[in-house]
Amino acid sequence: MRQPRQALIGQVRRARIAEVAARVLLAVCLFCAAVPPILVIGVIVWRGLPAISLEFIFDMPKQSMTAGGIFPAIVGTALLTLATALFAVPAGIAAGIYLAEYAGDSLLARLIRLSIANMAGVPSIVYGLFGLAAFVITMHLRQSILSGALTLACLSLPAIITATEEALRQVPSELRNAALALGATKFQTITRVILPAAAPGAVTGVILGLSRAAGETAPIIVTAAAFYAPLPTGLMDKTMVLPYHLYIMATQAVRSNNNVVWGTALVLVASTMGAAMAAAAWRSAQRRKLRW
Amino acid sequence: MSHSRSRLNKESARLANNAARVAITLSALVSIAALLAILCFLLLNSFRAVGEVGLWEMLSGTIWHPTSSPPAFGFLPAESGSLWVTLIAIVCAMPIGVGAAVCLSEFISGRVREVAKSLVECIATVPSVALGLLGMTFLVPWIRTFFSLPSGLTALAAGLMVGILCLPTIVSISEDALTAVPDALRQGSLAMGNTKWQTAVKIVVPAAWPGIFAAILLGFGRAVGETMVVLMIAGNSGLVVQGPFEAARTLPGTIASEVAEVVRGGLHYSALFAMALVLFLSTFVVNLIAAQVIDRSRRRWSR
Repeated sequence: MRQPRQALIGQVRRARIAEVAARVLLAVCLFCAAVPPILVIGVIVWRGLPAISLEFIFDMPKQSMTAGGIFPAIVGTALLTLATALFAVPAGIAAGIYLAEYAGDSLLARLIRLSIANMAGVPSIVYGLFGLAAFVITMHLRQSILSGALTLACLSLPAIITATEEALRQVPSELRNAALALGATKFQTITRVILPAAAPGAVTGVILGLSRAAGETAPIIVTAAAFYAPLPTGLMDKTMVLPYHLYIMATQAVRSNNNVVWGTALVLVASTMGAAMAAAAWRSAQRRKLRW
Repeated sequence: MSHSRSRLNKESARLANNAARVAITLSALVSIAALLAILCFLLLNSFRAVGEVGLWEMLSGTIWHPTSSPPAFGFLPAESGSLWVTLIAIVCAMPIGVGAAVCLSEFISGRVREVAKSLVECIATVPSVALGLLGMTFLVPWIRTFFSLPSGLTALAAGLMVGILCLPTIVSISEDALTAVPDALRQGSLAMGNTKWQTAVKIVVPAAWPGIFAAILLGFGRAVGETMVVLMIAGNSGLVVQGPFEAARTLPGTIASEVAEVVRGGLHYSALFAMALVLFLSTFVVNLIAAQVIDRSRRRWSR
């Protein structure tokens, strides 16, 4: 009788030790995963902040871009992202509505889901080559904001569709049934009941998708970006953009100025991350207001 | 009078309803069209290289000299570089990512969990050029001095940075899979006298395994396709990569660094499209498997 009891106590002790060891190990894993973001943001702010001034943000580059500001790159990124939104948001939201409200589990719906999942995994440089072949060359749009925006729209489409679908699915079906029972058509139900209820989630997803697109470099190297260009005057111009400017200044500038490099990095990260964080904060604030 | 107006209203609402159904269905087809268009353009533009160089000669050729005469279009230097960088990234990111996901879903909860989760995921919003810049400035010199190498621009540096980049993918998708495991399984295991760790290892992780596997696959796809980090810190050598301490070029890095200067329509241009096709097809297969696995495991628990 004593023998098994001893063994049992030993087993319990071993399990306890394993429990503690495992918790420590897992905490270390989580720590390792959470530290890089802090370091990345910290370093970029620390190195970039001294470069930031009104002149840096609102001035043209000077002395072959080793001094002056990055205004054209900021304007270019803003324009490119807006144009991307113009193409990607209507199509993406409509496709999200289709998947959440119309599709069901048909073969077509599964095919669409599959192609979205695959589009999300296509490397960004492949989008760049596709944009070059399809928009720049075949459609004769040249290297322009328009070509770049179409390319980035393809790239951000899956994120926007997925986010919209998720947001629509979270609207309880009671709302849907109530609207339909009052005699609204399906389309009226969607536009007047479901979309307003799903807006926080959908808008946040859209902004996240667009901010990722705004930070992409590879797809626009050959479709929209210019090494140096004046302020763009229309959609058919080449343009300077922040990610490409950063890449060029960091790797290929003959005499690089560290201030310009880190300042550009800070502006880029602050705008993409700022947009993403603001959107996420807005969503959680809206969620608290809107409870079912 | 009001009767006929209401009928008119109803009529126009029905028309709008039908028109909307058609428009919405059409725009959902855009994603299929886009995917097919990408495939078509890659195929069309890579015909010339496949015809003149030969598919197998490209895939297995060990020399990439696109601009010398006669040119050589072997993908093996880029393929080996991609493989090494991805391997290093996944070997680093997989244990950390899965461990962090288990920690998040099984051991901590509430506010701490929310904060930790958004912290891990926020690196996904940092553009990869910025990560490349950080790698250039800090990681590369460290690696050079630490391993006393002539240059820190190596497959190792790129692999570590890409590993950081694909961590959020692995963490958030495996965490989704772990939290989808029904609580009844956990409670059953705890009631039998298992500790939390035993429950996690013997019950929850095996139950969520397909999802975790899919997360690793998606992380792999993300790592293979990463362009800017690799372009900036892998070293872009032209040789077949034999180990982690050598400079490497990868498939996306090669395309990105050469596509801007290439003659449009030429053989080199076509070879770059063939390279993109290889990249597209390999990520396509990986994503297809991952999507299938995720779909199946979702069905399993929703029953």
